[in-house]
Amino acid sequence: MSREYEIVVGLEVHVELATKSKIFCGCSTAFGAEPNTQTCPVCLGMPGTLPVLNQQALEYAIRAGLALNCTINKYSKFDRKQYFYPDLPKGYQISQHDLPLCEHGYVEIDTPEGPRRIGIRRIHLEEDAGKNIHAGDNIASAQASYIDLNRCGVPLIEIVTEPDIRSPEEARAFLEKLRSILIYAGVSEAKLQEGQMRADVNVSVRPKGSTALGTRTELKNLGSFRSVVRAIEYEARRQWEALQRGEEIVQETRAFDEERGITLSLRSKEEAHDYRYFPEPDLPPIVLTDAEIERIRAQLPELPDARKRRYMEAYGLSAYDAGVIVRDKAVADFFEAAVAAYGKGAEGAKTVANWVINELARILNEKNAELAQTPLTPDHLVGMLKLVDAGTISGKIAKDVFAEMVETGKSAEEIVKEKGLVQLTDEAALAEIALQVIEANPKAVEDWKKGKATAAQFLVGQMMKATRGRANPQLANKVIRAKLAEVTGVTNE
Amino acid sequence: MSATTKLTATRLNRLFLAGELSAEEIVEAYIERIQAVDGQVGAYLTVTAAEARERARKLDARRKAGDTDLGPLAGVPIAIKDNICTQGIRTTCASRILENFVPPYDATVVSRLQAAGAIIIGKTNLDEFAMGSSTENSAFQVTRNPWDLSRVPGGSSGGSAAAVAADLCAAALGSDTGGSIRQPAALCGVVGLKPTYGAVSRYGLVAFASSLDQIGPITKDVADAALLLSVIAGHDRRDSTSHPDADRLQRIQLSGDASLSGVRVGVPREYFAQGVEPGVRQAVEEAIAKLRELGATVDEVSLPHTEYALDAYYIVATAEASSNLARYDGVRYGLRAEADSLLEMYLRTRQQGFGLEVKRRIMLGTYALSAGYYDAYYKKAQQVRTLVIRDFEAAFRRFDVLVAPTSPTVAWGLGERVEDPLAMYMADILTLPANLAGLPAISIPCGLSQGLPVGLQIIGRHFDEPTVLRVAYAYEKATQHHQARPALGQ
Amino acid sequence: MAISRAEVEHIARLARLGLSEEEMEALTEQLGRILAHMEVLRQVDTRDVPPTYHVLPLQNVLRTDTVQESLSQEAALRNAPQAEAGAFKVPKITEG
Ligand SMILES: [Zn+2]
Repeated sequence: MSREYEIVVGLEVHVELATKSKIFCGCSTAFGAEPNTQTCPVCLGMPGTLPVLNQQALEYAIRAGLALNCTINKYSKFDRKQYFYPDLPKGYQISQHDLPLCEHGYVEIDTPEGPRRIGIRRIHLEEDAGKNIHAGDNIASAQASYIDLNRCGVPLIEIVTEPDIRSPEEARAFLEKLRSILIYAGVSEAKLQEGQMRADVNVSVRPKGSTALGTRTELKNLGSFRSVVRAIEYEARRQWEALQRGEEIVQETRAFDEERGITLSLRSKEEAHDYRYFPEPDLPPIVLTDAEIERIRAQLPELPDARKRRYMEAYGLSAYDAGVIVRDKAVADFFEAAVAAYGKGAEGAKTVANWVINELARILNEKNAELAQTPLTPDHLVGMLKLVDAGTISGKIAKDVFAEMVETGKSAEEIVKEKGLVQLTDEAALAEIALQVIEANPKAVEDWKKGKATAAQFLVGQMMKATRGRANPQLANKVIRAKLAEVTGVTNE
Repeated sequence: MSATTKLTATRLNRLFLAGELSAEEIVEAYIERIQAVDGQVGAYLTVTAAEARERARKLDARRKAGDTDLGPLAGVPIAIKDNICTQGIRTTCASRILENFVPPYDATVVSRLQAAGAIIIGKTNLDEFAMGSSTENSAFQVTRNPWDLSRVPGGSSGGSAAAVAADLCAAALGSDTGGSIRQPAALCGVVGLKPTYGAVSRYGLVAFASSLDQIGPITKDVADAALLLSVIAGHDRRDSTSHPDADRLQRIQLSGDASLSGVRVGVPREYFAQGVEPGVRQAVEEAIAKLRELGATVDEVSLPHTEYALDAYYIVATAEASSNLARYDGVRYGLRAEADSLLEMYLRTRQQGFGLEVKRRIMLGTYALSAGYYDAYYKKAQQVRTLVIRDFEAAFRRFDVLVAPTSPTVAWGLGERVEDPLAMYMADILTLPANLAGLPAISIPCGLSQGLPVGLQIIGRHFDEPTVLRVAYAYEKATQHHQARPALGQ
Repeated sequence: MAISRAEVEHIARLARLGLSEEEMEALTEQLGRILAHMEVLRQVDTRDVPPTYHVLPLQNVLRTDTVQESLSQEAALRNAPQAEAGAFKVPKITEG
């Protein structure tokens, strides 16, 4: 019975813009202040107050549209979206309804089947709401709610995709790419833990091969990419199973319960949404000329795809390596600065890339940290690489030094000096150690006598162990072979 | 009774600057007059006697210290309609829902008045949220027409108009969304000016219908209207609909030229058809004859969409109002009715906080914007608005100003129209087209009918207040109508 | 055009307006009459007539992105019917 099904997902992503002040008043947008200390008569919705649009918010929104390959509408306007909620002081949200700022864009994502374009239907500018803090454990059991309006009026763009996403993984890839582009474009810091990027997900399913759209449900306000993936996985399966049982999907808004990993129907509202949109009489329209749009386009910073191509062309990096590096702008900036300071052209770039992709990525992943949260600078890495090049430390020691630098922010030289990690290159000293190792490992010596050349490698390993990795491996190899020949009279290639 | 309170703002300022009257003397005269008469009129919701006295003392001290930059309104007591925010002073909109609201900010107009040396003497009564034409929709008190205490003062700026007419202030500010300055000015026999939309900042004016609202002066004569306009007009960065051209109005000068030669006056035929009382028609026709006498060329003009303006206006105004009044939800300020759930709190707060007319308009406006009705009502009304504007544009290609009655009737009896909202809405029929088009319009006294004042309305082009005021001033100088005062408390 | 009692109830709910039985009845009748009066607008030919949302041709009215001083928490909450722990307090939210 169960044929295969296909998931159809569209996203509505809200992203906070990186302005200093709110969209319609001069209150700060800084995160983490005491409740209700960043409000004024305007964002409190006090009687008689009026909005004035933040020029930077407008410019960021246009820049976002350009970065996402949109057409910028020359005429757009604001509308009031009306509903009652205690975090919405005016009883309406100033948003854009039928004439959004940007339309018809796309984001290219990598999928196992190759690159795919996810269409952007529209991007519009609007104000954020405040925050409800519920007393008690959850909404249902709370006896009261508390309203903090610091966030109210922070500028947002809402990015609405076409229903082009076909799997939870694609949704994640899209969101990661989107986040990366917006950060590169400099329009948002898109800090997930501060709620600067939140997604509503529209999910429907259909039998594979079908082109009709099924009835969709909306999953509201997902704050992490992981939740998006899990919510889509659960919701698609739930819908498919319901359809298999002959049930109908109800078009509704559902909440994702993070703990249980399931979606739940929100109690159906007293009345269907009727936002009673109408043009905001307090704000004149936005009218843009080609020249203004081109000025903003010209200022657009290099975006991740362009940077990836540049790394491939200039440094000969593989598409995969370049892709990994550009994913996080901070990492890519680190990479470029290190390559420049290292100064060894494409060869040096590959060395730096190896460290960034392998060691740095591994450590950040283990620590679940962002690069910016560590004290590591490009100079750290370059200083370490120079010690390796000079033969002062071995490649193996370098890994320990690198980890130590990420942890403490000390320079490679300091660490090497403090811990006595300088490579042993003194042949006499190594010969001494080689003799000790030979004495301690008679079996290996027997093997050597029988003609097993690999015994030397084993004994080099023992020398490294005895020197805590400080022995120069090439020299150790040379010395142990000489000593074995001396002791056993046998030479093996 | 002190003669001080009969003086115009212009005259009071001159006497104060010349040292002939101290600000304290002026303020005391008004407080005395308010105590003597306002019990009958009911113009004020709040009298700011203590603040006014304090400010008067400071002005006197500055003047004595030789400060010569005291401002064109220094020493002039001004009343503010209670839908204009005053920092630290209760601003109620004559509504239960804002009964105890104390704004932490001044409206831009209030700051401008104070910078010009004015003394705020109190906050005046109005129809709740400026919704009404008789001031009977106030949640707190009735305001009576000083000419006949059994009649309404008009509305919604009835408190301000009555206060000026009864010498309870030298001048006042009102707000005009569909006639709320001009109509009560006409019914109370004083001057009321609605400036061009965008000429005066709306920041701090509690919004009724954002695309129509404008603050303006209510004064004893045209010169005072020009003076107050020059103080309150001007571009304001806090109001995105404020126009840079507004700054020109700060330099407005009344011409001493009594002649209106070269001025082309249009008389819109449709403004004399719609239930205009014979006495009103006669007074206005005499005024038009006077304009011709003063040298103006006068001709009839048609504004064919006038008959649709009323309905278009009530759709636009109520739709915007339904949205503007959504913020009164009992969360951050104002009245809250106790309830166990948020929904109940909303429903009860707004039920208890708003009066019937406000509820009626919220309902109408919500309906006009609701799913399925937007195109038939709101959008249609805004299209008709375009046609009304085009009528005016065509007329202003031939004429410099248009003149008409301000109100089809003189002041009616208290309670006469409260049961019939449509009859009440008709009171604005001659004033609201100027709001739909954003045009400046003034009402000046042009005689009496049945012993009650009649207003002549003069409408001009956008930002052409100078011509509107020139015509009004020439007429005023050639007649005595503006000197007629009610007998109240004399 | 008449408006039904059910429609009046629906609109009142949308507007979060509690209405007494008398108010509901009076409004049903009055709104019906007012809406009937508004039928006159149907006579007006508005094909190709753009709606006027702003009477003045202003556009791109913008402010620079500078932070201005906010109200103190105390001032922000001073008019609040109920405040606690620096926040506005409201009854439990039972609707989405
Ligand atoms: Zn603010």
